Amino acid sequence: MKRIGVLALQGGFAEHMQKLRQISSVEAVLVKKREELDGLDGLILPGGESTAMGRLLRGEKLIDILRKKIRGGLPVWGTCAGMILLAGDIEGQKETYLDVMHIRVRRNAYGRQTESFSSDSPCPSVDKGIHRLIFIRAPYITGTAASVDILLKLDGHIVAAKEGTMLATSFHPELTDDLWFHQYFAEQIQHSPSVLT
Amino acid sequence: MEKRWELNRNLAQMLKGGVIMDVTNAEQAKIAEEAGAAAVMALERVPADIRKEGGVARMSDPAMIRSIQEAVSIPVMAKVRIGHTAEAQILQALQIDYIDESEVLTPADENHIMKSSFQVPFVCGARNLGEALRRIGEGAAMIRTKGEAGTGNIIEAVRHMRTMNRDIGRTVTASEEELMHLAKAYGAPYDLLRYVHDHKKLPVVNFAAGGIATPADAALMMQLGCDGVFVGSGIFKSENPSRRAAAVVQAVTFYEDPVKLEEISENLGAAMTGINMEEIPREQHMADRGW
Repeated sequence: MKRIGVLALQGGFAEHMQKLRQISSVEAVLVKKREELDGLDGLILPGGESTAMGRLLRGEKLIDILRKKIRGGLPVWGTCAGMILLAGDIEGQKETYLDVMHIRVRRNAYGRQTESFSSDSPCPSVDKGIHRLIFIRAPYITGTAASVDILLKLDGHIVAAKEGTMLATSFHPELTDDLWFHQYFAEQIQHSPSVLT
Repeated sequence: MEKRWELNRNLAQMLKGGVIMDVTNAEQAKIAEEAGAAAVMALERVPADIRKEGGVARMSDPAMIRSIQEAVSIPVMAKVRIGHTAEAQILQALQIDYIDESEVLTPADENHIMKSSFQVPFVCGARNLGEALRRIGEGAAMIRTKGEAGTGNIIEAVRHMRTMNRDIGRTVTASEEELMHLAKAYGAPYDLLRYVHDHKKLPVVNFAAGGIATPADAALMMQLGCDGVFVGSGIFKSENPSRRAAAVVQAVTFYEDPVKLEEISENLGAAMTGINMEEIPREQHMADRGW
């Protein structure tokens, strides 16, 4: 049994919990405080507002400890705002949050809510299926270091990437009825060596 | 259209566990964002001032809304009068992220806007399940309880949330045979009532609004089952807006943790003064607007 935490400061964390509960090899827990980070085999940073989550992460003094754990090998997956939290470079601003993934991201890259969309697309680097990808005021990746694997490009933009034990997606698999990406994350955790920190 | 409604409903899901704050200029919007607001509501006068000054309250100047859109990266919402389709068209042209068809402004029609004919999402107020489902039937992608705006008094928000919970509980436990009668009693579209019966919850996110002035008020509404809160006059009518804003944000996250709430509630300066419900003549209750 692997224990996966979902950061529950703000945003769509309940939706991730609901998906994780459908995977039998996984125990899902909400994470709001430092002590709740102990004993995790993986962590999901949900969608929501990255500025709100960033403010709460700082208030709870979670930034440094999370960065240390992720750099130490704790598998992590950021969706939408979670991608921004992971990024080492956010366009148009100096401030970063966890600064662990070597990606440059553009906030609200598609525009405002009227530009939010969904697309039924394959993602061959993960599996053979066609999946509904939901983009809500989504960011995308505009630059990557050599250590980053691009998992999916949509209309020329990078919307999913992997670097070591870190995953980032612009879209929201937790808003669909499809377990594919949660399963993929759970498999990554099964194969990753035990977390050191 | 169904697909657009889904996407709009999804945006509200991303606002959950968050605080949406009323702001009247770009400077306040930045303070709100910095404090951790999940979105801001751009309007020229906060409800407390609308209440005090009287007169017809309308949609805000688009230039003022635009200046707020340019100042922050979080979603920007703005209010239109109930039933004022043209105001909503103007806000859609401005690419607002969410329109609040709001009883805080002076109503323009006894019919609400046909929200399903818009691309842009709408949030609407409700005092009970029937009102919420009528608004969702018209296309609202998010609901908020209609506390009494601009009073700094939480009682009406609590009353309406309790009513909503009671109505949902009644719907969930109703037998198949009772559902149509219940739809009639609540004035609710049958298919949406059926959804509530089957899923044991509203089809969209429900925030608390109206009268929230302290972190404890926000925590109370979260404990009653709201997905997040709107704070109108409560922030920028208080002594220390940025501090109070950050405290309300924390309270919504840690609403189940009294030790944390105590810490959060310390030294915030004076809250807005507030008004007791007995001091407001019934015909001036904003929550009664809407059909």
